Amino acid sequence: MPTTIQTEKTKCYHCGENCENDALKVGDKVFCCQGCKLVYEVLSENDMCTYYDLGAHPGESQKEKSGRSNRFDYLKDPDTARKLLDFQNDTESHVTFYIPLIHCASCIWLLENLYQIHPGITFSRVDFIKKKVQIKFQHQKISLQEVVSLLSTIGYEPKISLSNLDKKAKNNTVDKRTVKRLAVAGFCFGNMMLFSVPEYFSEVELIAENFRGLFNYLNVLLAIPVVTYAASDYYISAWNSVKQRRINMDVPIVLGIISLFVYSLWEIFAHGNAGYMDSLGGLLFFLLLGKIYQQKTFSALEFDRDYKSYFPIAVTKLVQNQEEVIPLTKLEVGDVILVRDEELIPADSLLLSDSAQIDYSFVTGEEVPVPKRKGELIYAGGRQKGDPILLTIQKSPSQGYLTDLWNNESFEKPKDKLLEPLSNKISGIFTWTVLSIAFAAFLFWAPTDFSFAIKALASVLIVACPCALAMSTPFTLGNTLRIFGRGKFYLKNASVVERLALVDTVVFDKTGTLTDPARAQISFFGEELSEETKAILKAMVSRSTHPLSNRINGWLGNIPSKKLDSIHEEKGLGIRATYLEQEIRLGSAAFCEIENPVHLHEGNVVYLSISGVELGYFHILSGLREKAPEVVGALEPVYDLHLLSGDHSHELNSLKQNLGKGIHYHFQQSPLEKLNYLKELNQEGKRTLMIGDGLNDAGALQESEVGIAVSDRVSHFSPASDAILDASSFDKIPSYLSFAKKSRNIIKASFALSFLYNVIGISLAVQGILSPVICAILMPLSSISVVVFTTLSTNALAWKMGLIHSKTEN
Amino acid sequence: MEVIFLLIGVSLVLAGSFLFLFFKAVKSGQFEDDYTPSVRILFDNHKKPNKNQPIKPKSNE
Repeated sequence: MPTTIQTEKTKCYHCGENCENDALKVGDKVFCCQGCKLVYEVLSENDMCTYYDLGAHPGESQKEKSGRSNRFDYLKDPDTARKLLDFQNDTESHVTFYIPLIHCASCIWLLENLYQIHPGITFSRVDFIKKKVQIKFQHQKISLQEVVSLLSTIGYEPKISLSNLDKKAKNNTVDKRTVKRLAVAGFCFGNMMLFSVPEYFSEVELIAENFRGLFNYLNVLLAIPVVTYAASDYYISAWNSVKQRRINMDVPIVLGIISLFVYSLWEIFAHGNAGYMDSLGGLLFFLLLGKIYQQKTFSALEFDRDYKSYFPIAVTKLVQNQEEVIPLTKLEVGDVILVRDEELIPADSLLLSDSAQIDYSFVTGEEVPVPKRKGELIYAGGRQKGDPILLTIQKSPSQGYLTDLWNNESFEKPKDKLLEPLSNKISGIFTWTVLSIAFAAFLFWAPTDFSFAIKALASVLIVACPCALAMSTPFTLGNTLRIFGRGKFYLKNASVVERLALVDTVVFDKTGTLTDPARAQISFFGEELSEETKAILKAMVSRSTHPLSNRINGWLGNIPSKKLDSIHEEKGLGIRATYLEQEIRLGSAAFCEIENPVHLHEGNVVYLSISGVELGYFHILSGLREKAPEVVGALEPVYDLHLLSGDHSHELNSLKQNLGKGIHYHFQQSPLEKLNYLKELNQEGKRTLMIGDGLNDAGALQESEVGIAVSDRVSHFSPASDAILDASSFDKIPSYLSFAKKSRNIIKASFALSFLYNVIGISLAVQGILSPVICAILMPLSSISVVVFTTLSTNALAWKMGLIHSKTEN
Repeated sequence: MEVIFLLIGVSLVLAGSFLFLFFKAVKSGQFEDDYTPSVRILFDNHKKPNKNQPIKPKSNE
């Protein structure tokens, strides 16, 4: 029998996937499935085929979409709808959806031309980076449910989760108010510099004397918004920390601002001299610039996701054998729900159907489904694979086995408070030193010349104003954050860098973090497989989406497949095929009717039988992530390493072989035990770094001082954490950790640099011989040199360590 | 030299109006999405005229 291989040419016009035998045709265009064809038809009906001109195969495959029509019925519930809408008046409603499928220019075009498909939609606008679309529609003409159905029909189903229903959290982009403050400070600073030019050339008599007075008064006028508006955040922060009897970086800054302003006012109005208003403006301008630099976050990523972001918004409840779609919030204990293929189980519940295949990859990282029997308890967070199942709810969605984690106290305390930043420690010492020097100078001069003593006091306060000190931290950390971001390591905020630098204990999760589901170790035990059998197997597994099929498919490699007479997959059990009147089965022991199944402790077993005769079995073990041994090896000399796994301890030996004996291994850890383990380490005074991936690590990630979530799809899935690491950068963990340490050293070095400036300035100031010119030169010079020093040295370091390759990037 | 008084006034008014415009731009959200507009501008508008022209984005945040 000839083997038929589909030629490369028959690619789906919509999504670009290879079309199987049952390709659908419309005119000269080929589609891989009904879904893709439907999208094309909707678009061509509305004369919107420009979509396909903008990019080849712009669509996403529609194969695995479940086309249930009542899926969005929960949106008819006015309560739910109101919570989703941004705005509503008599005629118009505004709503913003998160659509993860947005990926190319065609998507933007199509989503922004929705008004051509339905006249009820008046406006839609895409934010590509955040993958969001804002839609305005006239709700008399089209309901919210219809809008969502329309998006779903054209292949852009919005992701609506429970967290959308909560009070909308403000996105963590750079604060708009800080930007405005920076603008004001910049405006005033620029103008003040212009008006101060004559002062810098006071000996030259550049312009007539009478302008001087005017310029000074204009400077006072311009300084008022700087002091009252642009600096207001610093007053609040300084006041808060003083109230708590601590001194943070903002205290000396506020002291500096006040002394600069008051002393300058006194100079200008009492003596007619120029003050230091321009320095004041410059100080605030650079400070705010550094603040924005530090605030720059990865706003497209979400760091605070909890279980609510993953759970569905609605469930199908059975009431007297009638399906009813209700919002999850209205689900009660004892309700009977129907969960279909690929749907998430929203609450801990008992299985009423005979069997189920639950994929816990969200929870544990292991994507091979677990079989469950009637009457077993199924934890929330699993995903059903296969036929619809009936469940009865045991616990409300917010109180399940997994979601209990979120009620743990670890989720209450803000982490930023755990560790005092380096700059705060230094600023405490700094402030007291400066204050005592200032008063010593005052007391020294007071008996001889009282007004000179005042001048010395003010000069010390002014010149010691910690401009450079205050700028070194934000600029160093901001730049470090940016360098990490380029290497696909995204930190929640700049303070994570400092915490990362102090870590001494690293805790790994095993499944999904150290192991990679895609790198399975497969071996076949039994009779040797002939080329013909392999070709048959290839045809069988390439039709299935089961993860074990995918792995066997990868193991078979790129070989041609046989054309089989029939292929039938029984979800969760196996694949049955007929070829030359022989029945070939691939699947579980029961499915293949194996009498004496092997009992292996680790991994998964897939049997192969032909006409009821066992040929052998595949043994599939999850493999270690590429470079995982190297990462562990590099970390071992420096850090105390621990490994937590939810699995049984049977893999201990092979892990020890690959990762070495220097790690503390702990198996069969429940999510709560993981959290408690981290808590114990913390209580021992360790500074912990947790690296995990699934929702079951969420507690541990939260409890640790720094929690890094490893994810293959950064924007799709990651539990709440301090940092998200793209799985492709996993091997760079050791360099990232040492870079964080070194950036802390850079902060220290720049502190030393600014101390040097201060020593020079203060030694002049205590003698009362500080002239405005020296002051005007010293202050901007110290600030700018510190900014340049930190930026250049972090970049140079990153370049040396191979974290960035070219400086023109980004 | 008296003209300098006038020039100072003019320069302050000018700079102030720039500040005002910047405030307006921040408020209208121009700096929130700095990628999508670069794609959007390349779309050709060769579609049939539609009675439902898209409404201009308004700032209603």
